[in-house]
Amino acid sequence: MTSTVAAARKGASRTLTSTGGVRSMWGKLRSLGFLVFLWISLLVALITLVVLILDTIRTGATRLDTRLFTEYPSSRPAEAGARPAIIGSAWVIGATAALAIPLGVAAAVHLEEFANRHSKVNRYVEVLVQNLAAIPSIIYGMLALSTLALMGVSNKNIVIGGALALALLILPVIIISTREALRAVPREMRQGSLALGATDVQTVWRTTLPAAIPGIATGTILALSRALGEAAPLLLLGGLVFISFDPNGLLSGFTTMPIQIFGWTGNPQAEFHELAAAASIVLLVILLAMNGLAIAIRNRYQRRW
Amino acid sequence: MMTDTRTPAAGSPLRSSLPPGDPRARSITRGKPHHGERVVKVALRLSAWLSIVITLGIAISLLVPALEFFAEVPVTEFLFGTRWAPTFADATFGVLPLVTATAWTTLIALAVAVPFGLGAAIYLAEYARPRVRKIIKPVLEVLAGIPTVVFGFFAINFVTPNVLQSLLGLNVSTFSVLAAGMVMGVMIIPTIASLSEDAMTAVPQAMRQGSAALAANRMQTSLRVVFPAALSGIIAAIVLGISRAIGETMIVAIAAGSRAQMVTDPTMEGSTMTGFIARAALGDSRVGSLEYNTLFAVGLLLFVLTMIVNMISVQIVRRFRQEY
Amino acid sequence: MTTHPHAAAISVPSPARSATPLSTRPEIRTHTEVPDVPDPVIECEDLSVYYGDFKAVTDVSLAFGHNEITALIGPSGCGKSTLLRCLNRMNDLVDSARVEGSVRYWGQDMYAPDADAIEVRRRIGMVYQKPNPFPKSIYDNIAYGPRVTGMKVDSMDDHVEQALRDAALWDEVKDKLKQNAYGLSGGQQQRLCIARTIAVSPDVILMDEPCSALDPVATLRIEELMLQLRADYTIVIVTHNMQQAARVADRTAFFTAGVNEITGDRTGVLVEYDKTSRIFGNPANSRTEDYISGRFG
Repeated sequence: MTSTVAAARKGASRTLTSTGGVRSMWGKLRSLGFLVFLWISLLVALITLVVLILDTIRTGATRLDTRLFTEYPSSRPAEAGARPAIIGSAWVIGATAALAIPLGVAAAVHLEEFANRHSKVNRYVEVLVQNLAAIPSIIYGMLALSTLALMGVSNKNIVIGGALALALLILPVIIISTREALRAVPREMRQGSLALGATDVQTVWRTTLPAAIPGIATGTILALSRALGEAAPLLLLGGLVFISFDPNGLLSGFTTMPIQIFGWTGNPQAEFHELAAAASIVLLVILLAMNGLAIAIRNRYQRRW
Repeated sequence: MMTDTRTPAAGSPLRSSLPPGDPRARSITRGKPHHGERVVKVALRLSAWLSIVITLGIAISLLVPALEFFAEVPVTEFLFGTRWAPTFADATFGVLPLVTATAWTTLIALAVAVPFGLGAAIYLAEYARPRVRKIIKPVLEVLAGIPTVVFGFFAINFVTPNVLQSLLGLNVSTFSVLAAGMVMGVMIIPTIASLSEDAMTAVPQAMRQGSAALAANRMQTSLRVVFPAALSGIIAAIVLGISRAIGETMIVAIAAGSRAQMVTDPTMEGSTMTGFIARAALGDSRVGSLEYNTLFAVGLLLFVLTMIVNMISVQIVRRFRQEY
Repeated sequence: MTTHPHAAAISVPSPARSATPLSTRPEIRTHTEVPDVPDPVIECEDLSVYYGDFKAVTDVSLAFGHNEITALIGPSGCGKSTLLRCLNRMNDLVDSARVEGSVRYWGQDMYAPDADAIEVRRRIGMVYQKPNPFPKSIYDNIAYGPRVTGMKVDSMDDHVEQALRDAALWDEVKDKLKQNAYGLSGGQQQRLCIARTIAVSPDVILMDEPCSALDPVATLRIEELMLQLRADYTIVIVTHNMQQAARVADRTAFFTAGVNEITGDRTGVLVEYDKTSRIFGNPANSRTEDYISGRFG
């Protein structure tokens, strides 16, 4: 711990309260204590992250083998795998992206580029988008469940139902991040296009949107990674079922990786906990890759103009 | 001094598509109609208005089954009853056990997330060098991106046995609101830290310099100048943390336990509102049955609570907003 | 081919303008007569521009001659740029902006209900203070205008080359057409923006302080380019640099700001409009003389 204290002291010595005596000593001590607290604050987050990852690997490493990718769920842990969950996650996230990205980007373009700022409707919409982003995810599952019931779909465990719930969940996130990306495009760029005789739609399509793509991509990837790790809304759609086939379409039954992990953690046998940890490692690797991609895009294209 | 460098005859081929003076080259009335663009704009507007549909959809989809529920169960019994046993033969629907469990997990999460989240934010905004910040911020983002099922599993697989039982010597069982709340707190740290940091970085440098000019040290400047100036943003961050804690599902479903009881001690297990919904959803309840409607009554309460929290946040931000 | 020879274009100065005194009080005198410029491409008559309740420019009557360079000069905040943006309806993009009076392009009212802002901007291009190329390749920057306006072009490659040649940029960029325009220097970027503008074959080019972000060498190159382009285009330039106006402009309009004593709003007024040689040699208005000789502004 000497290095921490030394660093803290170095930080404290930069403060220049120069009134001598006891008061100054006390002030220095307080500054030092404050800095130590700040360090601890950061360490709590960082150490937990490291411990969480290490603990998951320690528990799941033994079970991280090909069976995980090729086998179907089973009541015998040695024969169980997450194959349908992995395929199901791919289907659900693919459908979620197909629903949420066009709608979210379109809504953001309207609000940022075309909407009349003074119109009441648009102000309501802006407030609603903010509010929707703060609604608990499980509520979106209830919305999807009700919608399916309303449409008379008796089987709630279908890929498109799950995708609907997740798409509604991440829609506000995509709208907000796309708006930020559009706002970051300098006004001069739009003016340059309009001054050449381009219409406003052409300007958005050929200039503003292309210039905002890195920002939109970053926000969208982060939103999708959130959807990929989300389980709560899908529980309401009967995601926690034994699936002994490969999900193969929008109307197919499904389970996803987070739900499969949840199912396994609820089982008292330790072998199932190993399976849960192994599947978690796979999920974490995918999510870390997505996060890394998003951060890389952001760093590469940050404010080029 | 003016030199006339004008070329005697205009010559660029770009200008020769139409003879000069041809009225077609000078007309400014609409050339071709842009009907397609009108369609595009309408489509964009409808996408934006979808958020209205979604909000109404949420309200209706929660309200209709909930109203059916309240036709059978009096609202007062629901809100003030202390026994939650919807599946028992002598079914009672007092929601307070779920509410107390939610309150405990939320408070414990805040006890972890607020001090450490703000500490991290102050460090990043006021102390860290740009290079350090550039490393730590993505790490916090990664923490924020960990799926909550993994957090929940971490709570029962590591925190309860190693931290609570061995390290702190507490007498807790596998499931407790304490373990769930603590892990949830860590999950919320990045939310509070990054939003608060944004608020503090937005405080103008001139205010810091003004404070420094009065011989305040960095701690005094952070706590007495920057922190109050950023207060509205910080409170908004904390309130967002609260609504995330109330709505968080998977951590409590895995780690808080399933017994619906009035929680009076953090080492007890308890079923939160979200935890109840998650578990009840696993059963295959028929649409329209009391069991199905119960789900939505609790969902409605959850929705109303988070909306109230959000509105408080909006009000606070409005009242404390500082114009720099 | 120009229909009017240069000699005729600069022959008649406008004596009426010199009699107009400047008032700095709110009741600024209105100019109703359009000054006598032969073969005017754009004519403003009693043009006032408002942003909400704020009157930014008042009662400007002014004409821009065919294949001439007209400079708008004056201290900052005198509404020169605002006026310029009205000439191709770029002010439409500002929510609260409103125009009174008329702006005519070859006799057609630019703000008439059947006039299309998109068509106006296609005929009347604009180059900005800060170079604003698109984050695309040099080639795509030039091809952008012809593509969006649906110009019929035999060969886009030839068209791009011609635009770059006309903007005196071809030799510098011919080997890197596919590279991003952001790799160019500031001066090159500004010439690229000019090339991009002439690629849609406009009639008029508006330039809003095109050299203020550039170094002296790059500035000189843009000025040379403007003198070359005068053969094919009518150019209106807003500039802070009086020497620049003296070097390139056939005619110069001097603006200043009148202050409303009640609201404190600064409203732009046209003080004097004449041949550049008159404005800089023998101005009729003492205000102009003060500004030209550096006594205010």
